[in-house]
Order: sequence, then structure tokens, then C-alpha cells
Amino acid sequence: MNLLDYVADRWDRLSLQAWLHVSEVVQSTLIAAVIGVLIGVAVYRSPIGSAVATALASTILTIPSFALLGLLIPVFGLGAVPTVIALVLYALLPITRNTIVGLAGVDPAISDAAKGIGMNRVSVLTRVELRLAWPAILAGMRVSTQMLMGIAVIAAYAKGPGLGSEVFSGLTRAGSANATNQALAGTLGVVILALLLEGVYFLIARFTISRGIRG
Amino acid sequence: MAETVSGAEIQLENVTKRYPGTGEPAVKDFNMTIPAGKIVIFVGPSGCGKTTTMRMINRLIEPTSGTITIGGEDTLKLNADALRRKVGYAIQQAGLFPHFTVAQNIAVVPGLLDWEKKKIGDRVDEMMDLVGLDPSVYRDRFPRQLSGGQQQRVGVARALAADPPVLLMDEPFGAVDPITRGNLQDELLRLQLELRKTIVFVTHDFDEAVKLGDKIAVLGDQSTIQQFDTPEAILANPANDMVAGFVGAGASLKQLTLLRVRDVNYHDNALTVVAPDSSPAELRKQMSEQGKTYALVLDARRRPQRWVHVRDLSTASSLATVGRPVGDNVSTQSTLQDALEAILSEGGNAVVTGSRGEYVGTIDIETVTNTIQQLRDEHDAGSAAS
Ligand SMILES: Nc1ncnc2c1ncn2[C@@H]1O[C@H](COP(=O)(O)OP(=O)(O)OP(=O)(O)O)[C@@H](O)[C@H]1O
Ligand SMILES: [Mg+2]
Repeated sequence: MNLLDYVADRWDRLSLQAWLHVSEVVQSTLIAAVIGVLIGVAVYRSPIGSAVATALASTILTIPSFALLGLLIPVFGLGAVPTVIALVLYALLPITRNTIVGLAGVDPAISDAAKGIGMNRVSVLTRVELRLAWPAILAGMRVSTQMLMGIAVIAAYAKGPGLGSEVFSGLTRAGSANATNQALAGTLGVVILALLLEGVYFLIARFTISRGIRG
Repeated sequence: MAETVSGAEIQLENVTKRYPGTGEPAVKDFNMTIPAGKIVIFVGPSGCGKTTTMRMINRLIEPTSGTITIGGEDTLKLNADALRRKVGYAIQQAGLFPHFTVAQNIAVVPGLLDWEKKKIGDRVDEMMDLVGLDPSVYRDRFPRQLSGGQQQRVGVARALAADPPVLLMDEPFGAVDPITRGNLQDELLRLQLELRKTIVFVTHDFDEAVKLGDKIAVLGDQSTIQQFDTPEAILANPANDMVAGFVGAGASLKQLTLLRVRDVNYHDNALTVVAPDSSPAELRKQMSEQGKTYALVLDARRRPQRWVHVRDLSTASSLATVGRPVGDNVSTQSTLQDALEAILSEGGNAVVTGSRGEYVGTIDIETVTNTIQQLRDEHDAGSAAS
């Protein structure tokens, strides 16, 4: 059976796995975005706080994904929970760092003007500073998403959902019927989904970044 | 034109600001009454505390001690955000929000004050007209699509949008080229004629201070007031060496920008002749009768056209072509400095015209020098008496 026939034959299962894959990556990115932006907002005014937050997030990134999952499984068991926790932790660095860089990069004269004409602290942050940092934050989310697409494959090790299970079982069954097709279908699926998500990010940027600050 | 003052008096009493971790206060025991509806300029060397003093008025910086009232109301008793919505604020390089359009920038404060949508839209257009930006062209532009001068105009429009009685301006025209700066200054004066706000304006350009200020406060270290007076008085009579240093050379010349031609005694005894009503021969007779060597030829609407010397007339066939054309002339609205320039380029004296361009007189260099001398004497007498 060639690859196309294989995909056509197993379409139901593959498309479900693809959907689960994208869904866990997107959800993890969103959770990480909320946490990362909150951390960024909390620390960006303090150089020490910014350095500590960035260093901590970088440290997480140096832990091999296998090891991290291995450490999470005894605590949270197998399945989606340890997978999502691991993905969120990995996604934190790019988002936190970009939020800090984006917020710190806002021209102080603009924040001063915002305060000076009567915006309260929350408005200055939400209507001015975060809006100006948004391109950087979005870029951080994009990097995180791309990274998570690959890491989520490894998550099959924790019996998490997604195309990882196809890749893994294809590889462990090497030599038997359709093993290569299965691994290949899983891998190509991840690549195609990653490209689709790139397109989605492009559209989000187009519609959410003001023309006044679009590069 | 509205003659009503919409500004409010600002009073600073014993205001001191000590930044945390510094020894000497940045502003020390500052006392000043800023009259309603006037432009008061803070000038002084870099770091003397102009910005700090100004920013305490809208509490962007909280005073360490002292009281500040606006229109009699103690600012420290108000909510700081609410206070700032009632005090216009414009800064160098405008500080516009780059992700907002021009209209959205101007609409911010009315929006914060919960004005109705329709009222905000109308107000935005009104403000754009006021600062000389065509709404249909610029409303939906972003700040980066504007020149520096245009951005500055939007900054002023944004500051004025909610019609605040007080306007604080920190070197608002500091970052634009000299010609644009001159235009922006002229516009601010024009606006002020209509609006009559109380304006506190920080600059370190003394010429700008002279041009714009109803009163100038020359500040020294720790915002100590070296002199607080009208530009005329400061130019004529600097209180101390520091002020004199700031006034700089050319104080007399600067005074000329303060006086208008209508304020001085220009001459109105030139021999004039209306071209279509007369002939060279007639004019020549008139000139010899009155013992004048020069005459001024006017057109039918009495606008100055040409200077004629008596000897030009013997060969002339028509008054429309005789002699030499009038070059630079000045109006009664012009400053004495403009007049001086016209006099020098015309060689001795310049024609003065009224509001419709009609001849009203001539002004010569003696009139200008006499005026300067007179100002000096008055101020010397004034300071000797006090
Ligand atoms: N946030 C701050 N913390 C500590 N010191 C400050 C702070 N802001 C200003 N200063 C000090 O206070 C003094 C007055 O500063 P200010 O900005 O009011 O001066 P300025 O007259 O506006 O100067 P310039 O003409 O350069 O704008 C300066 O010596 C400055 O170093
Ligand atoms: Mg300053």
C-alpha cells in the first residue's frame, strides 16, 4: 500500500489525531500566553524581575522533553494532563520574553502622555502598552506554537493525544506492514499542520495589529 | 471672537519636590500665581527643575510639600486621573499613540470623560480644523504618516479636545525645524486669542519665551525664580546676571518683536498722489510748492505703488510707470522687527499700510531707534522709583 492509499484508508483515525494534535498545541499556547503575559506585566518595570523571569523560563527550555514528561507522569499519570503541562511550560519562554521585551520597548514618552492626559494605570497598560507590545507577544506565541507542534509528538510517550502516537507506533513496528507509511503519515501531518498554523498566525497579525505600527 | 477667559488661575504655594535618594530638592519652596487666561513661560538652564515644577501641577509628579490650587481647588484633594483629564498636556514629539489614528488620538480624553459618540466625532473635526488639519484628509491617518509639525498639531488638538481650562506644554515645539516651530508658535498665539486658556509652557529657548509669553519666569537651580515679569520688562531690565545671560546679546532687537507698528508714532506726512487722478506735470508743481523731493504714487484703491523723485517727472509721460516700485511694505500689525527689516531693504523708510492694504503712513529708522531709547528710559525710571 502506498502512502496515499494508507492515508485514505485510515483517514478517520488520522484526521482525529491531527485535530487532537492541533487542539492540544493551540490550547497549550493560549494557556501559556495568559500566564506569560501576566508574568511579563508583573515584572517588566523591574530589570531584576525581568532577568529572573527570563532565566527561569529559559531553564525550563533546557530540560529535555522526555525527561520532563518522565518527571510529570508519576505526579499526574498518563494522558492529556502531563502533556499539556509540559507544553505550557515549554511555550512560556518565548511568550514571557517577548512580552517583557515588547513592554519595555514602549517609548516612555507615550506612556507618560497616556498618564498625563488622564488614563488610569489599567488603561495605560491595556489600551496603550499591551497594544504596542502585541506584535512582539504574537511573535512569541507563533514561535511557541511551532515549537510545540514538534514537542507534542514526543508527548505520545506519555500516552497523550495527537499524531505522535502514529509516529511512535510506526517506528516501534519498523519492518512490519505499513510501519513506514504510518510514521510518515504522522510526520507529514505535523509539518502540514504547522504550515497551516503559520497561515492562521499571518491572518491574526493582519487583523489585530494596528496599521499604525505594522512593520 | 470670544473675549471670555476660559482659563483658571493656578496657584503654587511653598511647593517643594525632593526626589527619593537625592540630597538637595529639585524644586525648593516655589511660589507663583499664574493668572487665568495667560501664557506663562518657564525658561531656565537644563536641569533647573522646569519640568518637575510643571508636572507637579497635574500631579504626574507628587509634590513633597506645599499646595497647588487650580481655580481655587486644591489639586491634592482630587483624584489624580480625574485631575489630569481637566488639564491639557502636550509634550515634545507629541507623544501620540502610534496605533491610534489621528481621530482616535484626539478622541481619547472626551472618551475617558464618557462623551457621546456623536459629540466626540464633532469635537474631533472641530479640533482638527482649529489646528489647521483638514479632517477629510488626516482623520484616518496614523501618526507615522504625518510630518513632525503635523504630529505636534495633533498633540495640541488632543490636549485641548476636552476644553480644559489649563494647558501644560513641555517643550512642545522643541523637536521641529525652526520654520515649522515659528508657524506652530504663530498658531498657538492665534488659538490663544480665541481660547484664553491658562497655559504653562516650558522651553529653554528665550526667543520662544519672548514671542509667546504674557509673562516669563526665568528659573535658576532648584527652580528658584530669578525674575517673573513681562517679556518687555525682562528684556529692558534683567534682574540679575543670570537673567541677563539668558536674555543674551541683542535684547534690543528682541524687544522689537514685542512692539507693533501701530504702537509707535509713524509718519503720515508723505506727499501722495492717486495715479489715475493726476499727471506728472501736476505732481511736479505740487512737489515744488511743498518743497518735497519724493512722492508716493497710489492706485485707485489708495494702495502704494511707486516712489517718485522729483527729477523723474520731467521726462515721464504717466504716473503709472514713473520712478521705482515700492518693495517691502509693512502693515500696522507688523512687528517693529519686520518694520526694521523692510526699512533696511527699502533704504531709509518703509510704507505702512492699513488692513485693506491702503496707505496709512511711512516709518523710518529714527522712529525705531527712538522707540528703543524711550523703552529704556521708561524702564530705568520705573526701576529707579521702585
Ligand atoms: N525621577 C527623578 N529622580 C531623581 N532626580 C530627578 C528625577 N527627575 C529629575 N530629577 C532631577 O531633578 C532636577 C530637575 O529636573 P527637571 O527635569 O525638572 O529639569 P528641567 O529644568 O526640565 O531640565 P531640561 O531643560 O533639561 O528638561 C535635575 O537635577 C534632575 O536630575
Ligand atoms: Mg524638562
